[in-house]
Amino acid sequence: MEKRVIFKGWMLPALLLLPQIVITAIFFFYPAGQAIWQSMFVPDPFGLKTQFVGLGNFEYLLGDPYYRASFVTTAIFSGLVTVVSMGVALYLAILADRLIKGSGTYRTLLIWPYAVAPAVAGVLWMFMFNTRVGVVAWYLGLLGYDWNHVLNEAEAMGLVVVASSWGRISYNFLFFLAGLQAIPRSVIEAAAIDGAKFWTRFRTIVWPLLSPTTFFLLVVNVVYAFFETFGVIHTITAGGPQQATTILVYKVYSDGFVGQDLGSSAAQSVILLVLVGLLTVIQFKFIERRVHY
Amino acid sequence: MSEQRGMVEKRGLGHWLTHLGLIIGVLFIFFPIWLAFVASTVTQPEIVRPPMPLLPGDQFFENYSKALLSGVNAPVAMMMLNSLIMALGITIGKIVISLTSAFAIVYFRFPGRTVFFWLIFLTLMLPVEVRIVPTYEVIANFGMLNSYSGLIFPLIASATATFLFRQFFLTVPDELTEAARVDGASPMQFFWHILLPMSRTNIAALFVILFIYGWNQYLWPLLITTDPSMNTIVMGIRQMFPSGDDLADWPVIMATSILAMVPPVIVVISMQKLFIRGLVDSEK
Amino acid sequence: MKIKTLNLALVASMAWGTAASAQTEIQWWHAFTGRLGELLDAQVALFNSNQSDYKVVATHKGNYSETLNAGIAAFRAGEQPHLLQVFEVGTATMMAATGAIKPVFEVMQASGLEFDPNAYIPAVTGYYTNADGQMLSFPYNSSTQVLYVNRDKLAEAGIDPDVDLSTWEAWDGVLTQLKDAGVTCPYTTSWQSWVHLESFSAYHDVPFATKENGFGGFDTELVFNGPLQVAHIDQLGKWAQDGKFIYAGRRNEAGANFRGGECALFTESSAGYAGVKAEAQFAFDIRHLPYWDSVEAAPQNTIIGGASVWIMEGKPAEEYAGVAAFLNFLSSPEVQAKWHQDTGYLPITTAAGELTKSQGFYAANPGTEIAGLQMTRNTPTENSKGLRLGSFDQVRTIIDEELEGVWSGQKTAQAALDSAVERGNQLLRRFEQANR
Repeated sequence: MEKRVIFKGWMLPALLLLPQIVITAIFFFYPAGQAIWQSMFVPDPFGLKTQFVGLGNFEYLLGDPYYRASFVTTAIFSGLVTVVSMGVALYLAILADRLIKGSGTYRTLLIWPYAVAPAVAGVLWMFMFNTRVGVVAWYLGLLGYDWNHVLNEAEAMGLVVVASSWGRISYNFLFFLAGLQAIPRSVIEAAAIDGAKFWTRFRTIVWPLLSPTTFFLLVVNVVYAFFETFGVIHTITAGGPQQATTILVYKVYSDGFVGQDLGSSAAQSVILLVLVGLLTVIQFKFIERRVHY
Repeated sequence: MSEQRGMVEKRGLGHWLTHLGLIIGVLFIFFPIWLAFVASTVTQPEIVRPPMPLLPGDQFFENYSKALLSGVNAPVAMMMLNSLIMALGITIGKIVISLTSAFAIVYFRFPGRTVFFWLIFLTLMLPVEVRIVPTYEVIANFGMLNSYSGLIFPLIASATATFLFRQFFLTVPDELTEAARVDGASPMQFFWHILLPMSRTNIAALFVILFIYGWNQYLWPLLITTDPSMNTIVMGIRQMFPSGDDLADWPVIMATSILAMVPPVIVVISMQKLFIRGLVDSEK
Repeated sequence: MKIKTLNLALVASMAWGTAASAQTEIQWWHAFTGRLGELLDAQVALFNSNQSDYKVVATHKGNYSETLNAGIAAFRAGEQPHLLQVFEVGTATMMAATGAIKPVFEVMQASGLEFDPNAYIPAVTGYYTNADGQMLSFPYNSSTQVLYVNRDKLAEAGIDPDVDLSTWEAWDGVLTQLKDAGVTCPYTTSWQSWVHLESFSAYHDVPFATKENGFGGFDTELVFNGPLQVAHIDQLGKWAQDGKFIYAGRRNEAGANFRGGECALFTESSAGYAGVKAEAQFAFDIRHLPYWDSVEAAPQNTIIGGASVWIMEGKPAEEYAGVAAFLNFLSSPEVQAKWHQDTGYLPITTAAGELTKSQGFYAANPGTEIAGLQMTRNTPTENSKGLRLGSFDQVRTIIDEELEGVWSGQKTAQAALDSAVERGNQLLRRFEQANR
């Protein structure tokens, strides 16, 4: 899509673009290039000496079953976060949409966690399920369930998924509710008069009309689960037990800044770069399609 | 209206079940926050000997003043100020550079325009986490560790906002531009007096999104602020858990968690209407 | 915004400059908060008030990992402090950084201050000395593992609180009795790798890694999957399956369970003493770490953990004189004895230990002498003087991961330790490559 009416000249636009170009060049392209360059070296942490290894870092990483396993962990984690946060949000949005009055109040109440940082959400949930002081863990114990996410992989994964999804429910809820409210009443009522039950109406009318919103949220939530959940993992499980919750971004951090292995960390950055590049292409295609439709 | 709705869903039981479902949802959403609040108003022994109470205690002022004024490593008031400066810096900085560059890309034809657009667009979804080690080195080489500029600049270098403004500018009717040109308005006058006022809703939505994004940053401040006086509150909470042979001060940690969510919650709730309109519109 | 910050910084530094121009400033970055942070600040204040030539400025930089990162980053930016507190697992990383650090013995010699290596307790300083016995970093806070016993819990379970727990052989019966009496947490531990593999190997005089546990070179290989270690981990794994050993976390999370009165027995750092004393509402005592009586060499000596202070390279000579004066101050019997008594960390000089004894501290606080005795009961062998392994923080994480597999019953002890050795060796090879 292009503008028919435009202004002339190139000095002004160049000037207007300059800040973004400069910042992007220094803080984006240069570091990204550096990541690619550094991924071919094994430096010592103090920057005193370095060894060229070519693709050695990649060989080392991809030959490491634990690194490969972290892809699977990331996929499972992202999938669960997306499904849980979107599922609960859609359910609540459908309920709120049925109300004639009061959906605004619920919206105000439900919007809160969106503002809570993932790291803080991690602390809150960790506090509830802490095996020693956690209230929820304690009451579960009373019921005869021995909660121990420091040893039980499924419980650890469940906990980080819930803690990560919690804040996202708000965000997804807003979009779903807006999407539902944009569906013309008359269409649904016509179906109701024809005798279609709620589920039939939902499946045949609401869900298809909601699908652009759903797809948009799908992409956004996957990206969220990939990158912004670091705080949750770091505060609750630190990647454990064993490597049950070690997602890719956590590994970049722990190898680079705990393990001081900058070469491996840079190589992981490059792999993530490629991965995210693919996701961007998918999203871009989607956005362009929506813009033109 | 209500009668028409009545045809779709019967009133009565279903109506109350709807409320019940939503209330359960709200309780689920609020429980962690409530518990943190309770924990921030009781004493350490009440917490470490479970189960902790589920109703607030009387230590509110003690715990919050301890957190705000002395904290564990750095006073929380100081960390909140750092967070505020970082969040506002990111928000304002990104909105300003995105507005100008989107304006340039949409309203001008100049050599290399497509290249610039693509260069900026490439950064669309690559978060700082992906290029973390080299970005860290750039900051270190500039001597920007432990500085606000180090906290802010790398997080501005992404094109999400530019892209959103571009999308919006493309929907602005050409007639407006035409009229402005006929009246002899310069590009910048058009930008100031017509385009900016029209973008208010989008700017408001972006303000909320970016403020939350900036305030909630964790990994980046964790890496580049090694001086406690530059810690932001979100990463500062993690720092409050002791590293070796000491004990976690739960009431103060929980008071800090509550304090950490107050500013972003205020921003979201108070700008709710604008935010939702802008958010949902800009997605379209 | 940046300019504003800069101005503020300038103003601030000018203000400081006039106030402190007569003194040489010594920067010290450390990882202590809370009670330990206050005790550290008190030491610094005492040093600063005792003399007027130097002013030590202590700054907290986050936890151990973050402090090390801050130091590394600052060195790369040319803004390193004079002194950096580094946890024991970072020793090899620091030692390998020739050009970034200055060995303590060199600085002390150059200062002309009295420095007698024989005044220090070898079992403590040995971790931080080179092959020639010269001190590389200053052992600031060192502790070792001891056994904490909740006497009330034993009595409740109908067990004599003075029951013999000195050997692991004696444990199974006691744990079973506790379990049968309904105790939910008979035994727990903090720092599993440190207690049950690192120190365990030293205590039983078996190698943890080749080349004198890494002291002999970077080409060391992990060997803690020997029969003795496997048997021990296997026993712990069985206890974990039976609910006799409760795992609470990789660091010292278990301390909360013990202090809260849930657990009967607890292996933890001797520096956990102050915390237990402050929170425990039950009678407890401190005992030697248990050993396997069937192993002839046991008990050898346990090894230390904690942190040491490294001197960073790149400062003017006269400032290193100040560093030497400060380390000299920290070594004095009075300062050491107070630190030892306040924190539960080990005294680093023989004189400080004797002073503590003569002050009647051990008599008044039974159990606090155990750690020191356990460290010094034998001359350290090449298996028991410490560990010097690259990327050791990550090796520990690997060990933690694998042990979690054993506690949850997913892996056998042999499989877990074999895997930990294999994965750890890969990291050691990378470290060797980076420091070639």
